[in-house]
Amino acid sequence: MKRAALFLVPLVAFVLLALFLLRGLWLNPREVPSPLIGKPAPQFTLPKLASDAQFGSKDMLGQVWIFNVWASWCTPCRVEHPLFNQLASEKLVPIVGLNYKDTPQAATRWLAELGDPYQLIVVDADGRVGIDYGVYGVPETFVIDKKGVIRHKHIGPVTAEAMQKKIIPLVRELQAEP
Amino acid sequence: MRLHAHAAALLLAAALFAQAEAGAQAPPSAAAAAGTTAVPTLNDPVAAKREHEIALKLRCLVCQNQSIAESNASLAVDLRNQVREQVAAGKSDAEIIDFMTSRYGDFVLYRPPLKGTTMLLWFGPFALLVIGALVAWRVVRARKAQAAAAPLTESERARAARLLQGEEGAE
Repeated sequence: MKRAALFLVPLVAFVLLALFLLRGLWLNPREVPSPLIGKPAPQFTLPKLASDAQFGSKDMLGQVWIFNVWASWCTPCRVEHPLFNQLASEKLVPIVGLNYKDTPQAATRWLAELGDPYQLIVVDADGRVGIDYGVYGVPETFVIDKKGVIRHKHIGPVTAEAMQKKIIPLVRELQAEP
Repeated sequence: MRLHAHAAALLLAAALFAQAEAGAQAPPSAAAAAGTTAVPTLNDPVAAKREHEIALKLRCLVCQNQSIAESNASLAVDLRNQVREQVAAGKSDAEIIDFMTSRYGDFVLYRPPLKGTTMLLWFGPFALLVIGALVAWRVVRARKAQAAAAPLTESERARAARLLQGEEGAE
């Protein structure tokens, strides 16, 4: 009996290791957990796209909003864009765009081609606000609550599943909060 | 993003090739030759050295196995510029590292901080080493006891002696 138990030790160790490695197969190393979840969204004041007006993130206090980081040079942004167009047509939640390290001309052309779901777009030409939000790959999407706290971050293009199962339910839930 | 990195790599390769063709001496920093790094550092070797040391500790989140000192991804260039500005503004190393971790998390550090969630990471290998040493010690001890407990019989001893004198062929 004792000998049999001894043989089990390497077997158990192997199974454990295999389970960890198996789990690793399905993890995405590019999805780095953000330390910003649950923290106040960094404040910014930036010029609006194709306008002289400035916009401050403080103006969004009191409502739930979606903050989407995009650029015309970003191919995956094209993939998620129809989902934002649809979300905008449902008028559920304001979507603010952060045009990240882009030129106004290219950005405007891109929107003319693919549609403009944004309530407004701010221009982060040198990527500084992007750094404040811990952006490292575009697109990234944040859900920010009425108190201005970041509640969710989606890295990479939003999928239909992420939109239906996570983002929209979360927005409704946050909108119900006082 | 990835395209940018490819373009930068191509440019770098082209620059290196051109250098080799011309028989010129390699530049001190190959990347500087390609013009893809951030703007040349301030004319202060001490600050430049500090900058570089901090940049070596920070992971580039785009090309995750390079530090921001090594990477030419545009994010790495931006982050290097941040480090440069903050060094110039007189921030301490800890303040600069804090700036990065508050935005990108501990992942941005190549040397993970010692805390509850990283205990296994820091001490796991040593724990395995100790377990291995204990197992080895027990096995060796058990074998020693076995060897001592089985002395040769008289006939075995005689045969061993014959074998040693070469009187019997090897079996």
